[in-house]
This record gives sequence, C-alpha cells and structure tokens, in this order.
Amino acid sequence: MSMKMTRRAVMTAALASSICLSAGITYAQEETIKVGVLHSLSGTMAISETTLKDTMLFLIDEQNRKGGLLGKKLEAVVVDPASDWPLFAEKARELISVSDVAAVFGCWTSVSRKSVLPVFEELNSILFYPVQYEGEESQRNVFYTGAAPNQQAIPAVDYLMNEEGVERWVLAGTDYVYPRTTNKILEQYLMDKGVAAEDIMINYTPFGHSDWQTIVSDIKAFGSAGKKTAVVSTINGDANVPFYKELANQGIAAEDIPVVAFSVGEEELAGIDTEPLVGHLAAWNYFQSVDTPENEEFIAKWREFIGDENRVTNDPMEAHVVGFNLWVQAVEKAGTTDTDAVLDAIIGLETPNLTGGIAKMLPNHHITKPVLIGEIQDDGQFEVVWETEEVVPGDAWSDFLPESKMIEADWTAPINCGNYNTETKSCGGAS
Amino acid sequence: MHPFRLIPKLLLALALLITAAPGAFAQDVEALVNTLPEGSYSDREKVIFDLAATGDDRVASILKVLGEGDLYVREEDGRVVAGKRAGRDYALSDPLTGEALGAAPSSDLDKIRVNNRLRRAIRSAIGQLTLMSPSPSVRLTAARSLLRNADPDALELLDEALAAETDTGVKTVMELARATTILKTDAGLDEKTAAIDTVTARGNREALAVLTASLSTAPSELTPAIERGIAGIERKLAMWDGLQNVWYGLSLGSVLLLAAIGLAITFGVMGVINMAHGEIVMLGAYTTFAVQQVIRISFPGLFDYSLAIALPLAFLVTALVGIAIERGFIRWLYGRPLETLLATWGLSLILQQTVRTIFGPNNREVGNPGWMSGAFDLGGLSITWNRLWIVVFALVVFAILLAVLNRTPLGLQMRAVTQNRRMASSMGIRTPWVDALTFGLGSGIAGIAGVALSQIDNVSPNLGQSYIIDSFMVVVFGGVGNLWGTLVGALTLGVANKFLEPFAGAVLGKIFILVFIILFIQRRPRGLFALKGRAVDA
Repeated sequence: MSMKMTRRAVMTAALASSICLSAGITYAQEETIKVGVLHSLSGTMAISETTLKDTMLFLIDEQNRKGGLLGKKLEAVVVDPASDWPLFAEKARELISVSDVAAVFGCWTSVSRKSVLPVFEELNSILFYPVQYEGEESQRNVFYTGAAPNQQAIPAVDYLMNEEGVERWVLAGTDYVYPRTTNKILEQYLMDKGVAAEDIMINYTPFGHSDWQTIVSDIKAFGSAGKKTAVVSTINGDANVPFYKELANQGIAAEDIPVVAFSVGEEELAGIDTEPLVGHLAAWNYFQSVDTPENEEFIAKWREFIGDENRVTNDPMEAHVVGFNLWVQAVEKAGTTDTDAVLDAIIGLETPNLTGGIAKMLPNHHITKPVLIGEIQDDGQFEVVWETEEVVPGDAWSDFLPESKMIEADWTAPINCGNYNTETKSCGGAS
Repeated sequence: MHPFRLIPKLLLALALLITAAPGAFAQDVEALVNTLPEGSYSDREKVIFDLAATGDDRVASILKVLGEGDLYVREEDGRVVAGKRAGRDYALSDPLTGEALGAAPSSDLDKIRVNNRLRRAIRSAIGQLTLMSPSPSVRLTAARSLLRNADPDALELLDEALAAETDTGVKTVMELARATTILKTDAGLDEKTAAIDTVTARGNREALAVLTASLSTAPSELTPAIERGIAGIERKLAMWDGLQNVWYGLSLGSVLLLAAIGLAITFGVMGVINMAHGEIVMLGAYTTFAVQQVIRISFPGLFDYSLAIALPLAFLVTALVGIAIERGFIRWLYGRPLETLLATWGLSLILQQTVRTIFGPNNREVGNPGWMSGAFDLGGLSITWNRLWIVVFALVVFAILLAVLNRTPLGLQMRAVTQNRRMASSMGIRTPWVDALTFGLGSGIAGIAGVALSQIDNVSPNLGQSYIIDSFMVVVFGGVGNLWGTLVGALTLGVANKFLEPFAGAVLGKIFILVFIILFIQRRPRGLFALKGRAVDA
C-alpha cells in the first residue's frame, strides 16, 4: 500500500515537473531520451520477439515511473523489421539517424544481428542483444546480454556427463549459424573429453521442419547401443513443437534418452502438452520458476503491466532487464547518453540478476550469469535441478576451438579490440 | 521441528529388526515418507530404496505419486501431503491413507522435487513392488520396468515371480528381463549362454541394446555368440527399416495430400493461384483450438470428441471465408494470374496478422485426444497412432472429394464450368454461383486439413506458410486439374523424401526433391497425370 502511495507521489511529482518544463521550454517534445526497440512483430520470428518488445515497453514504463533518466522521460521508438534480415539493417539505420535514439534493444536471430552490425559501427550507436548465441564475436557497439556458449552449452553437457552418466551424444539442430557453431564447439569439447567419434551423431534440419519421424527413430536406434544416450538440441523456434510431439508419441522418455534444449523456454512450451515430456531438460540462465524476491517482484509487475495473470516470463526477457538496468546505470554514471561516454562507463557496472547473483558487464561486452539446468514439469514450467555455484563470465571466443582459443576481446584501454590475438599480440583475429 | 524428522534412521534400524510386527511397519513407512523432503537428490534416492525395502503395500502408490511430482510439504505444519490441482488451488490428501485434507494454494506448499535419476529409481522400485500384483497388466508394466533397469538385486524376485507367473505374455517379458539381468551379473557360462539365446530370440532394438552393452563385460568365450546374435538382429532390423521408411513416407505423403487437396480444387480445377491457401489451413487449425478451448472450460468430458466436433465447424468456417474471398477478391481477377497471385499473397499476410492480433503470436496448445497418443508395434514396425489416423483421414477425405466431384450434381456443374464456361453458362448453369461454391469447397477441405495438421504441428499464425510451397509442389507434380495426380504425387514425394533423408539428411533431401521436380516439370510440363482434351487449351 505504502509502496503504491510513494510511487504515485513520485509520478505526480514527475508529472508536475514535466508540466513545468513544458511550460518553460517550448520544445519540451524533444526533452525525452529515445530508446529504440528493434524486434520483429510480424513474420516467423514474431512468436518470440513480440514478447521482448512488450518487455522493453514495460521496462521503459517502470523507469519513467521512477522519474526517468537524467531528469528526462524515456520514450520507446518501436519499429517492426518483420523477420526480414535486410530490413533489420534498414530499420536500425532509421532508428539511429531519423529517430535519433540513444540506444537500441533488439534482434533475436544471429543473422539479424549480423545484418545490423555494420550499421551500428558506422553510425556509432549502441545495441543490446538479449539472446543466447554462438559466440565468436565481440563488437565495440554491441552488448551481449544473453549467454555465450560457455554459459549455456558447456555446463549443460557437463551436467549430462557427470550427473546422468551420458556416453553417447546426438547433437540435433536447425541448419543455420547458431546451431552449427555451437555444435562445432560441443563436438570439439566432447572429443577433448574422450568421447569417440562414433558416439557422436550430428543432425541438421531445415527451419520449421515438421516431419520428425525418421530423425526421432534414428535417435532411438542410436540410443540402443547399450550406452546411456542424450540429445543436445539446438532446434529453433517452431520446429520444436512437432519434435517434442514425435518424441512423446514414439515413447522416448526422459529417463531413458533425455533431451537438453538450448532454445526451448517457457514461451515455446506454451504450445505443447508437457505431460509426456516431464524430465526433458533445458539450460538457461533464467527460469520463471526460480524462487527469488527479485524474480517474484518482476513477474508480478510484468503481469500487471501486460494485464494477463498467466503470462510467462523467459530467459531473453531477463537479459533485456539486465541490459536495460546496466544501460540506465551507465548513462547515469556518464551523465550523458553520448555513445562513447556510455561505452566507457558501462564496463564493470553491476546489477542483480533476477535469479540471484550479480550481472557484471565485462570488458568483452558479455556479462556474468549463473547457469541453470531445469527439467520440464507437467505445468509447462521448468524446475531447476542443477546450477553453477558461482556466476560464469561470458567468453566471447570459445576456448575449445583451435582457431579461436588464443583470441580474446577487451574493449578497455590499452587493448580496445574485439578479436585480440594473445599469441601475436595484435588486433585482428586468427590470421 | 516435526519429531519424525529427527529419528528416521533409528526407526529404520528398529523396523529392520522387527519386520514381523505390523505395527512397527506402519510407523516405519510414515517416518520414511516424512524424511523425503530433506536433503539432496541422492539422499532422497536412498529413502526411496529404503521405502521399497519395507515391502509395505502402500509404498508403490506413494512412490507413484512422488514420481508424478504430486507430493508436497505443507508449510504450516511440515506434513507431507499428496496434492492434485483443482482449479486455482490444490486438493490435498494424505499420501498413505488417502484421507482428504482440504485444499491449499500453491504458495502454501513446497513441492518435493524429483529428477530423472529419482524417476528411474522410482520406476524400478515400483516394478519390484508390483511384480506379484494380481493384475496381469500391472505385472507386465512391472516386468518392463525391470527389463529397462536390469538391477542384479532383483534377480531373486524375478525368479520367484517367474515361477508363479501364468500369463504367457507377461512371462516372456519376465524371462527377457531375467536374461538381461543375468548378463549383468557374474553368473556361469551356461546360464549366460542361455540368456544370450533368450535375448537374441527377442530380436528387437531393446535386445540389440542389451547385447551390445554386454559385449564389453562378457567373458571372451561368449563373444562369438553375442556377435552372432547382434549380426542376426541387425539383419532383421535392416529389413524392417525399409518397411518402416515406406510407412514414414506414406505418412508424410498423407500430410502433403491433406495440405494440397484443397489447392487441387482451387488451383487445380479452377486455376486460381491461391497464395492464401496455407492461411485457410491455419484457420482450420485455429478453429480446432477454439473448439478445444470451449470444451476445456465448459465440457471437459467431451475432450476425446473435440476433433469430431471441430471437423464440421472448421469446414463451415473456412468454406465461408473461402466464399467471401472469392466473392470479394478473386472474381474480379479471373484470367489475370499475376494479379491473383499478388492479391492472394497480400490476403495471406492480412489473415496471418489478423490471427496474430486476435490469438497472439505464440503457439496455441491443441491437445491430442487419448486415442491419438502413443504408438504400437506391428511386427518390427513402430506405428504412432496420430500418424495412422492422419493417413486414414487423408484417404477418407480424398474419397469423399472424389465422390462429390464425380457423383453429385454440384460436382458435375463444377466440372462443366471449369471445362467450358460459356457452354455451361448457356446450358443454364449459374457460373458465378458455381465458382463461389467450388472455391468454398476447396477452402473447406483446406480447413479440415488444418484440423488434422493441428495434431502434429504448431498452431501458430505461421502454420500455413510452411505448407504452401509443398502444396503447390504436389499439385504441379501430380498434374494440374487431376485429383488422382494429387494423390499419387503426394505419396510419391513423401516416400521419396523419406528414402533420401537417411542418406542425404533432411536439408539436402528437400533440395534433391526440389531439383527432381524442376527436372521433371521440364520433361513433362503438365505433371504426372496431364489432362487431355480441350480444357488444356482453354
């Protein structure tokens, strides 16, 4: 009650002050800080990205209730790149040069991120990218608030190896850059751990693949070699529902062949009856079911904002929360929204994760995160069965690939480079 | 805290000493159940073994509740209770006596968590506990779980159960479980040889797994026998694999057929390039969702009939949408294929976004009724029920459509109008009316295809997009304007795809199919079954 009262009081004060401002200065319209939201609201990726757009509106609304930033209100500028990769670049350009936004929060697929990178570099603006990705990248103008492979894939494989005693591995993914790079890293990692080549099966499927009969029966056959088998799934988006349905129908139970997924969260499970899937796993840095006061408060406020008391939350949403909080702090610290000042100020800043622990912005533009392994429950939620004891720092360049293990990213002086070769002591990658 | 929590180990020891006394027995189980919430997963696993070791009748049902994740601790008094979701709250009962304990919201309950390891332990414990059950089906499940876990400690129990077993089906599984277990122990050579024979005789994938696993631990004298067994089973499986592939192909073909058959009318018979076809399929799927939603809320008992109710509704809804599209857009565009293509493509985007706005961008859950879940074995084939029903359904829809076109007055008029519009018109047929009905029929069929596809695919606004290319491919390949061509085309492409997939992978397989169709169309531009006669030139 008192919370509400104070918030209302703050709001009234903010409102009053903004009225005063607009009375005094004629161009009060321009006295907002604009924040770009670059998420697909139509097309194939709308299923995942629409929620992130809402998350950004929610965060900006919350910040404005707290009195805005640097005494100004924040204003969201939402554009729809329509799941069309070249359009992402165009819309990014529009946000930065026409709408003059201070920072952009957006993208989901790696290919959309890659298509906007040159724009952010050229126009010197800031992008916060909230989705787990394949790594092997660190760009001066981009902050990666989702997981790098060492914050998701590697711990998940470790869990299966140590806790479930898995000896045979199926790496199944959708055919594009994220699964291919992740599987390359995982394959190398497993080989290093002494897994024989014939105990690894790699399988790729097209986007939106819907007929999983052959592949699921292949997995079943692969799993009947007398060794404990698990599936590591980087299957993306819509293809997951028919995949899990086929698993359930062919009777592959989690106790026998567990599937650990890197792209299946609460939102994706909303379309499936999870009763036959209980026990299959997912590795993330956030689950809605995690019981912390921060998370509880976030979920309550989010549901109030969206007006749906059953609305789920997921990992990329948390990444936006963390990224947004870090950006707000950096702007406050720098005292300006100027790109170069914010880029300098943000390194080393800290904000609490919703799942406990502290997210710290590292010099390589990744953050520290706890890694959680959750099992699917019959209510469509995940239950954490294992988590890292401490937060894991994100590693931009995988230490398990021979071509990238000597590369580090460090955007602080004196290195100031996204692909610094520690062997040749020069900026410019492996060559 | 609760007094029971402090003394479980003591009680356990006590109980082991005086297992004959039934009074101590009861307390022991209760005490053990009360220790379940404590400690780590491995502590809990120990408690599960201890519980199973008591041999108490009630243990199996408690473990079952635990395995299903329905066991909770009530926060106010630390009591272990079984909870079943009832509306917003949980209905509580005592896990031992079944006595009702009222209801509580989830915030007052702490779930006793289980993971895969615990579920395995529970499964094998329940298997051991229920192996002597009076019901053969329970014994069968028990024997199966022993087969999957093959715990050497359970061997004695298995022998005992085998001696008492009368049901031959259950007995076979028990013998197999026994043989599997023996291969894991250090039993004598004779016994192991017999076990290998038993497993080899079974001849399925499970048997293969057992033999391969035993290869590394078996004494060298047995290696040849095991290898022979493995080779034999692999030969047998390879044969079945071929058949299984044909079945997968037919099943994929039936899905293609369902997706394309509506288009075979609108595009094949009427010649309208209808890019919104996929979205009409999607509308059918959403109708199913809406029907299930109403049933879930108001008539939960009818859930198994939800698809039967959705079918006519989906037909009606999509047929009406189809007629509206024909009257509103397409009739102005006859004879202008490029404009039709663009207009219907725009329409498809409008329909997608409308659905996205109304239902949200997320997948919607469409449940499988009980009779469409799971799989059964037919010889060496494993056939899933939902695929089987979809194959049957696709063939039925095809037969009905064929009958409508060839045996009804409406079908006659449709054929007349598409073959020679002016002649039909001068014979007194209202051609605009027939056009609208034909388009409505094609759309309605697409709608009921949506009902079937909702069972195997996502129900999301993008559902239609993934089928539109495939649908055109099937219709063009089969021969425009020929229903039989669509049938043969769909099944051929399905089977070809499934035979390519194991060699080329799903991605390349699809590319090969597309290349093949391009080459085929070069050779035979009118598809497999070309229409002959005047219609072709019209």
